[in-house]
Amino acid sequence: MVTIALLYPELLGTYGDGGNARVLAHRATVRGIDASVVSVGVGDHLVDADIYLLGGGEDGPQRFACEALRSSSFAERVNDGATVLAVCAGLQILGTSFCVEGNDAYAGLNIVEAVTTRGATRSVGELRTSVAGVTLVGFENHGGRTTLGDTSPLGVVEHGVGNDGAVDGFRHHNVYATYAHGPVLALNPWLADELLATALGAPLAPHRSVADELYAERCRAVSAR
Amino acid sequence: MLNELGSLFPMTQRMTLRASGARLAVLLTNELSRLLRRGSGTVAGGRVGLRLDPELLSHLSAHRAIVAISGTNGKTTTAALMRAAWGSDVGGNVTGANMPAGHVAALAASPAQKFVLEVDEAWLPHVVRSCAPDVVCLLNLSRDQLDRASEVRQLAQRWQGMVSAHPTTHFVANASDPLIVDALAAATSVTWISVPRVWRADALSCPRCTAPLHFNGRWSCSCGLHEPAATWRIGDDGAVTHNGVPVSLTLALPGLFNVVNATFALAAGEVVGVPAAEAAPRLPSVETIQGRYGIRRFGQRPVRLLLAKNPAGVAVLLDDASTVTTEVWVAINAEIADGKDPSWLYDAPFERLAHHTVTCLGDRRLDIATRLDIDGVDARVVGARQDLEQSGPLVTVIANYTAFQEWMRETTPW
Repeated sequence: MVTIALLYPELLGTYGDGGNARVLAHRATVRGIDASVVSVGVGDHLVDADIYLLGGGEDGPQRFACEALRSSSFAERVNDGATVLAVCAGLQILGTSFCVEGNDAYAGLNIVEAVTTRGATRSVGELRTSVAGVTLVGFENHGGRTTLGDTSPLGVVEHGVGNDGAVDGFRHHNVYATYAHGPVLALNPWLADELLATALGAPLAPHRSVADELYAERCRAVSAR
Repeated sequence: MLNELGSLFPMTQRMTLRASGARLAVLLTNELSRLLRRGSGTVAGGRVGLRLDPELLSHLSAHRAIVAISGTNGKTTTAALMRAAWGSDVGGNVTGANMPAGHVAALAASPAQKFVLEVDEAWLPHVVRSCAPDVVCLLNLSRDQLDRASEVRQLAQRWQGMVSAHPTTHFVANASDPLIVDALAAATSVTWISVPRVWRADALSCPRCTAPLHFNGRWSCSCGLHEPAATWRIGDDGAVTHNGVPVSLTLALPGLFNVVNATFALAAGEVVGVPAAEAAPRLPSVETIQGRYGIRRFGQRPVRLLLAKNPAGVAVLLDDASTVTTEVWVAINAEIADGKDPSWLYDAPFERLAHHTVTCLGDRRLDIATRLDIDGVDARVVGARQDLEQSGPLVTVIANYTAFQEWMRETTPW
């Protein structure tokens, strides 16, 4: 049994982020593992879940989601080893500080050492990174530049911008963060399986589907520079 | 062309020499473009004209009655319904070129005193400033092509600035859309329409304070922003009332969303002096919108082409029973005109196609097939259009922008 919590989809769901929850539930179910997806709304108690998902959002909602998480037990759950996928605005929230509504820095949850400032230009386009030798493909659309402190990036940028043009996202305990927004797990079935395996503490049986063809097609379409 | 040039003279008396010259350049460029078969030329001519006279849109729209129509979904259809509702001799940017170059081209080529302008959302403040429309219809605001356009809340903020600059403009607006209600806070003259909601994910948090909204019949927020009382109401069953009185409305176009579009046309018609009882009987004359909805021929097969470019657009199409009673093909591209990012597929309720076998087409056919597979919809991927069955019963093709254009070229009227 795996429980997937979609955090504040009304605030952080700009780019089809709910798709990641559907992908995880689907890929667990086809392996005979029961899966349930719980949407956690603002004002709801933070549920006990195996995997927490944080999506992308616009400035105001991002700040509101950050406050909701700050007053919850989210940080403790992360330290206790909960598996998390944080995308775009979700990535910025987990860091030290981020900029919203102009250049005012806003305190993040400080779960990882990552400072996000406003970039001179918006980063919009295909993103391709290498995550420990495995290609991750996606689409990014954000105005942030993220500088990591004593935290490992998730991937090395091969196309696009990510955090700063060199690396993308971060990996901290069981937290995976990336600027590849929206249904990144639909495009990268291997990452969906890695999150499930991390949460379940056991490897998964192989599963072939049309998503593998999509992943291969996107890897061909977005070449490393 | 000679007629068009002839009509230049009465207008010249009211326009500056520069504007008249620019208008002539628009017409000549478009004629040349047509002769060279470089498309309909509507945008090329408009660009030339605006280069010669940046105020050309303002000059060409002076002394005309103008209804502007904007919003994420339903612009083209509502503009067509408005032209029908308004009676005879109504002009418009009928090719769908909905930025100033397209407006200039349409206005330069037509002497019509009544004009309906379909306007791209991002360009609406500019068009309102230039044209001072008699009525501006604001249909809805939702996510569309986010990699190009500003995100939806930023767009709403720009509209807010537009309203502050032109508070006395008359708006016909969607009371059920919190982003639009917030944008119109400073407006002094608004006709509100209450619209059934099938997709509201963009407006779950308050556009003013970002707190979650409460939905209890009407929506409201603890900060005070709330759904205004509407004089026009559309029920979930498609029944329309105006000040509580039922409005008789029969359309040739399918779906509840077209009842919404038609209600905007009727409400705007009342503002420009056409009573709804007079306008409503004219609306069934609108049967297809640039190829949409009508039955077309693909080989020996009848197909109905439906355009859906964003989650809200897919939601309204899949909500309509007539869509899901036929075989469904979905064609998705990700060209610049479509938005390069097909992430929105995951916000659209494709799970409503469960128990169908859906054929996946277009450059991003694997994206839509993966999307459907996750929800247990049986997906069939077809790479080449010639591999499709060209005979058989009616099939519904749901396509996004450039995929829709391809299907228009590959089919003929039935």
